[in-house]
Amino acid sequence: MVSERDIEHIAELADIGIIKEELAEFTGQFNRILDYFDILDTVEESDGYKQDGYNVLREDVACPSLLQEDALKNAGDTEDGFFKAPRVM
Amino acid sequence: MARSRLSFSPDDRVNAFLTTCPEPEYGTGSLEGLAIAIKDNISTKGIPTTAGSRILEGYVPPYDAHVVSLLMANGAAIVGKTNMDEFGMGTTTENSAYGPTLNPHDTGRVPGGSSGGSAAAVASGMVRMALGSDTGGSIRCPAAFCGIVGLKPTYGRVSRYGLIAYANSLEQIGPMARTVMETSRLMQVIAGYDPRDSTSVDQPYCHTPEKNIQGRRIGVPEEFFGAGVDPVVAAKVWEAIEVLERKGADIVTCRMPAMAYALAAYYVTCVSEASSNLARFDGVRYGPAVDTKKPWHEAFQERRGTSFGKEVRRRIMLGTFALSSGYYGKYYAKAQSARQQVKSDFLRLFKEVDVIAGPTMPTIAFRLGEKADPLSMYLSDILTVPANLAGVPAISVPCGTVDGMPVGLQVMGRPFEDEVVIDTAYAYEQAVD
Repeated sequence: MVSERDIEHIAELADIGIIKEELAEFTGQFNRILDYFDILDTVEESDGYKQDGYNVLREDVACPSLLQEDALKNAGDTEDGFFKAPRVM
Repeated sequence: MARSRLSFSPDDRVNAFLTTCPEPEYGTGSLEGLAIAIKDNISTKGIPTTAGSRILEGYVPPYDAHVVSLLMANGAAIVGKTNMDEFGMGTTTENSAYGPTLNPHDTGRVPGGSSGGSAAAVASGMVRMALGSDTGGSIRCPAAFCGIVGLKPTYGRVSRYGLIAYANSLEQIGPMARTVMETSRLMQVIAGYDPRDSTSVDQPYCHTPEKNIQGRRIGVPEEFFGAGVDPVVAAKVWEAIEVLERKGADIVTCRMPAMAYALAAYYVTCVSEASSNLARFDGVRYGPAVDTKKPWHEAFQERRGTSFGKEVRRRIMLGTFALSSGYYGKYYAKAQSARQQVKSDFLRLFKEVDVIAGPTMPTIAFRLGEKADPLSMYLSDILTVPANLAGVPAISVPCGTVDGMPVGLQVMGRPFEDEVVIDTAYAYEQAVD
């Protein structure tokens, strides 16, 4: 069972933005979904998911890429050819 | 190269399109002048691409997805972008930020999802073909609900370069069309190796559907006709399987015990991958701008809280929780063990049978608003998620109606035997045509 406090904490970790009025609804839905996930407790341990694949490696070759101008075209805010983000500190 | 222009002005009464291109250019090739619609989570250079989300409103990709380049190189006319559940998260297309798509067969019902716009555009005749993407059934479900054909290719067969990622280990882009022949024709163009997708496999698809299925062994797992599957839908699908038997196939009933865990394993996996993938949507590089004057977390929470829909926020939070310290072993690790068991079930059965058949969806299309509770919507994916967990090819082909609504027959095959899956669907389609 998760509590409304847990949901607030998870929302904080995920930077998802949650308002008080939503907490009860999200918490109820979360708990019903997690109850359903409990069926996984009955899965016998194995070595986990085995990928039969293999890593595909290649030489690092310089190729044409997006122009800086195109890469910045969708940005909300730019400065001196860079993306501008909110301040960290 | 000489290029021509097509005129495209559909009477879109079902909200299938988010963007239309009234005069798209086209060139020469196997798809010359064919109007093709593209799901809105597939990047199209110069054409707005939102993935059904407000957080990408106004985003115009500076590059084409690999599949889009292939379509255009083969003469197709890209006529528009189709509606979808936000980022592919849904089974009804009601989770679109731009309003639901309606089912062309009954506008009081959903078209299925998440590629509901693509399915409705094909089913209503606005386009001959469309591309969808399938993470847990998102091509096959709307194909079944709208009465068209939809293929989820083997994982790795179609490049995901330019597909807006939701759950990378599960999803594939695939073709949707009215007939198996046209689905195959579209598959021929989009399949093949692309070095820009590290999971791409060099397995081109060069195939013309063949209807002779004499001696093909078709496995029918009991679990595909179990609890939760509407008995009337089940009976309709059994009739279709009997048609294949009369055409010379051998029907073998079998078991897939890991189906008990498949849905939980699928949801734990996809929400976990989503929580990581969707971290990039913060209003810095694309979409409505973040307020750069505010502190980092406050600014991001404000942007993501207002621009992501509820289902997307729910899945990001579920994934964050499932991967968090102390819960990883209980959820993600267990889900991967269960995923391995689902895969083992398929590989074991594929030693005895050539393909596996069952219903695509447990019911006919839901009424609008019927699946308001998230878990009840998740449960309706039970028959489609196994193919994504195992990475095997799976197709949905129309097999009649129940209460006037289409029902889909699902055929799954061995990895990289998309051709056998196509042929089996073609044999059925030709037998009843």
